[in-house]
Amino acid sequence: MNINNRPIQLSYWLAFKSIFMRELKLAWQKPTQIIQPMVFFLIVVTLFPLGISPSPKILQMIGPGVIWIAAILAIMLVVERLFRQDYQEGTIEAWLLSTVPMSLLVGAKLLAGWFISCSVLLLITPILALLMNIEAHVIPALMLSLLIGTPILLFVGAIGNALTVSLNQGGVLLSLLVLPLYIPVLIFSTSLIEAATLNMDYSGQLAILVSMLLVSCFFAPVAIAAALKNTVN
Amino acid sequence: MWKWLHPYAKAETAYNLCYRLLPYFSWLALITLVTGSIWGLLYAPSDYQQGDSFRIIYFHVPTAIWSMGAYTSMAICGLIGMVWQIRNAELAVYAIAPVGAAFTFLALITGAIWGKPMWGAWWVWDARLTSELILLFLYLGVIALYNSFEDKRTAARASSILAIVGVVNVPIIHYSVEWWNTLHQGASITKFDKPSISPDMLWPLLLNIAGFLFIFAALVCLRLANQILINDARRPWVKAFVARRIDKSNSTTKE
Amino acid sequence: MHFNSFAEMIHMGGYAVYVWSSVFIVIAVLAFLIVHSVTAKKRTLTMLRLEQERADKIAQAKLVAEQARSQA
Repeated sequence: MNINNRPIQLSYWLAFKSIFMRELKLAWQKPTQIIQPMVFFLIVVTLFPLGISPSPKILQMIGPGVIWIAAILAIMLVVERLFRQDYQEGTIEAWLLSTVPMSLLVGAKLLAGWFISCSVLLLITPILALLMNIEAHVIPALMLSLLIGTPILLFVGAIGNALTVSLNQGGVLLSLLVLPLYIPVLIFSTSLIEAATLNMDYSGQLAILVSMLLVSCFFAPVAIAAALKNTVN
Repeated sequence: MWKWLHPYAKAETAYNLCYRLLPYFSWLALITLVTGSIWGLLYAPSDYQQGDSFRIIYFHVPTAIWSMGAYTSMAICGLIGMVWQIRNAELAVYAIAPVGAAFTFLALITGAIWGKPMWGAWWVWDARLTSELILLFLYLGVIALYNSFEDKRTAARASSILAIVGVVNVPIIHYSVEWWNTLHQGASITKFDKPSISPDMLWPLLLNIAGFLFIFAALVCLRLANQILINDARRPWVKAFVARRIDKSNSTTKE
Repeated sequence: MHFNSFAEMIHMGGYAVYVWSSVFIVIAVLAFLIVHSVTAKKRTLTMLRLEQERADKIAQAKLVAEQARSQA
């Protein structure tokens, strides 16, 4: 038994870091898992000009909404397989047995997930902005909204995935659980982009998005840990 | 207080309590709903702007209020079940969910029917209707999640967690939708400013609000009792209960 | 009473379709909920009874098989 606090603190940090690095390594070894949703993102956005109208005016009007809805669908694909492999391989049981609180481990995994998916997503966003005829001065706002919004989507979606991971239902149930919860993020981020298009101040929407991010940051790991414990027991 | 409450955590006591409360709630619901509806539909004066179509609010407003109230109570039950490991609270989550979903559905339908003469369209992306629609999705999620699990213990806990996550989101969704609505629609909806409601109109509304609460309570009592029965199927008291039923059915078939 | 005659009441100041259809829908949904909730207990008990009878039958069959084996 170790009575003084420091080694225990260190082990928390080590556990966090090792899970974070493991996720990055896994993503590096299997890049298709992240590339596929992003190609999907690209294709969904391409469908809109074909389905509605390629006129620049209409594209500018629907652009932010289309990109955001496509991002939500792409994140759903990422979220769908977030814990599946861990569940099948018994990693979650191992997490339960460890002395480190599960929410911390889940947090590390989510942080890595955000790091991976968000970086790829942000890389292809400028291409989409060109496709949707979005003006150059709006692109930073679009990137900013995605940078802050996608982790919320990921964290909230992960709760849904943790709840349904033991069921062989695929994404239908997950989307039923999670999509209604995405609505506030969608509303505020699209209005942020719209405000940017009109050269208006968008710090209000930004502040709301950031506060939603903080809330989801703190509560999602706890909810996910509870949900995972429930499915494993 | 905890000592007093503790016996009700026992399944059989809770089961009996449900059936003891049921007649009170049912009679109160019947009396308030019948008087409130007849008073509202036939005796209340008609609105000076909306004519007799305003009478739909006697159903729309109570169901809308209790659809939100039911979701909150469901989440509170889920939280109690998760934190204090009280089994009956977890069971109550799924007892409440279908009733709340039905209320939400009613609020949506009556809102749409009210909207047709008011706005000229069955569906307008009005803030209240939109958040009711999202609330319906949330209820459907809880019900679908519960039904996907074979093991009902896991099902009850999973839907408790979802209800808690949902209730954190309900106010955010509500205010974001309201904000979005003012952003996109502007003055078109405010054709009817909120009239100062006269007491003749208000009393039946209050009666119906109370009535829908009582019928909600009565239905939840019935459903909770049933959930307890299913959940305790292997326990002696339920077995004795079932055995009595078998004897009864045997004696009736032999006669 | 707000209305002067029965016909006027049915007419609802021109909003008859809207008012009475919503009344009808409310009554229908509530009736469905009530019936579904009241019969839930019956359904559960029938289910449990069938399960119990099946378990009894299996136990009975096992007992018979046991006796046959011990006799042989």
